Amino acid sequence: MGRGKLFCLYDIGLGDEKMTINFFMENLANGVSLGSLYALIAIGYTMVYGILRLINFAHGDLLMVAAYAVFFMIAAMVPWWIAAILAVVITAIVGVLIEKAAYRPLRNSPRISVLISAIGVSFLIENLGLVVFSGVPRAVYRPEIFDKSVSMGGITTSSLTFYIIGATVILLLALVYLLNKTKTGMAMRALAISFDTASLMAINVNRIVSFTFAIGSSLAAFGGIMWALKYPQINPLMGVFPGLKCFVAAVLGGIGNVTGAVIGGFILGIVEIMAIAIFPSLAGYRDAFAFIILILILLFKPTGIMGEKMTEKV
Amino acid sequence: MLKVKDLHVYYGGIHALQGVDMIVPEGKIVTLIGANGAGKSTTLRTITGLVKPKSGSIEFMGQPIVGKPTLEIVKTGVTLVPEGRQVFPNLTVLENIRLGAYARKDKAGIKKDIEWVYELFPRLKEREWQMAGTLSGGEQQMLAVGRALMSRPKLLMMDEPSLGLAPLLVQDIFNIIKFIHEQGMTILLIEQNAHAALKIADYGYVIETGRVVLEGKGSELVENEAIQKAYLGG
Repeated sequence: MGRGKLFCLYDIGLGDEKMTINFFMENLANGVSLGSLYALIAIGYTMVYGILRLINFAHGDLLMVAAYAVFFMIAAMVPWWIAAILAVVITAIVGVLIEKAAYRPLRNSPRISVLISAIGVSFLIENLGLVVFSGVPRAVYRPEIFDKSVSMGGITTSSLTFYIIGATVILLLALVYLLNKTKTGMAMRALAISFDTASLMAINVNRIVSFTFAIGSSLAAFGGIMWALKYPQINPLMGVFPGLKCFVAAVLGGIGNVTGAVIGGFILGIVEIMAIAIFPSLAGYRDAFAFIILILILLFKPTGIMGEKMTEKV
Repeated sequence: MLKVKDLHVYYGGIHALQGVDMIVPEGKIVTLIGANGAGKSTTLRTITGLVKPKSGSIEFMGQPIVGKPTLEIVKTGVTLVPEGRQVFPNLTVLENIRLGAYARKDKAGIKKDIEWVYELFPRLKEREWQMAGTLSGGEQQMLAVGRALMSRPKLLMMDEPSLGLAPLLVQDIFNIIKFIHEQGMTILLIEQNAHAALKIADYGYVIETGRVVLEGKGSELVENEAIQKAYLGG
């Protein structure tokens, strides 16, 4: 069946080459914008893993927290951009509190205990969401500037696509600066090597861990808000699938490596959109691509694209 | 300067330190010698707060420091060059050195001290922008010492600085220790290389299975028959 569609596309290409290129570019732009969101969210997984060797399964649910925060504030007549900023702050606080309540007391426990705690937190947030917000999907208001259609270089797409890509680039540059050029970033990189040695440098380990959660959660919040603009229906379980996929993106890039998470996010987004564009009949399997990639990466290169050989942290 | 009294440490069910008593006077080099697993590293790690003792007291410059978090203890002027050097391999040499001064706010002073560390170890200046993981063992040791000095410690503790280094480099390291000491630094040194350590030390403690079994002036311990048999291959 997929074959037939491919021939179909080929036929269009023969008739009007420009149209195929435009079709390709439009989907690519769409894939890059989805990939941007994946990248932003995947960074949180990878940063937390880099420092605590923990998969923070509650990370995806922060998307939902951010989306609902925006929804309720806009409903309360707060201007959308103030709502967005406040939602990022709220999500960052939630992320920091999760670490304090659920992970810090278990820091010297076996890693499996912390992992189970993370799964517990995830279920807690999802079910609290169901109780407090109810399971009824809500529609998030989309400000007009994101709703225009834009033509650029022959392709036409929603202005939101470009805003998402632009915002992501800015956030990534800020993150690179933070990690590589600031004292706090230096401490974060040191902490990823050894807590003990870092504390011998008089680094306040707890403060840096909290800060890492704040940064990771803020990026997830940006991702969640833009997600809600892109797919304006929100519900308390909206974070589950993006969360899992971004976890896959982080593994694909090499978990623990920030650059890897970004690359993994973009690959995942582009593959997902392009695969459906070329083989529309596979649209129903959309969510499966990420997990096929996960299986392949675990089979053939478990350390991921940028991953180094894992040395056990003592 | 440093007084350790009746220190008991447990690792789970293992009684690792069974009442260690020790004094490090200001301006001296004191060494702890003993076999693997005797409790030397545990003693230093307990002093820096990385390991919490079950009982006993540690006083630094008259202040009790037991139970304080490591970062507070480091701020009071105690620092440790950990076993195996533990430089941050994914950070540049300069970043490693800067991390040593993490708690300090005096930018001008930090700049001056970086220059001072580079004077002490010119090799580090040559490799300023290299990742610390690419340095040789000896260079990493220099970096670990330089990094520790950046916190402007009053007491510098070193855990087996000569471990795994070529004999020529071992001599270099001991020369550096002597040199730093001549600048007025108080040093507490752990060594497997008991002979070299006792030679430069003012005072030495011999630890066996978590207890101090012998102590004395460095020059006396070198002559001691039991020590010669056990640690000096004599």
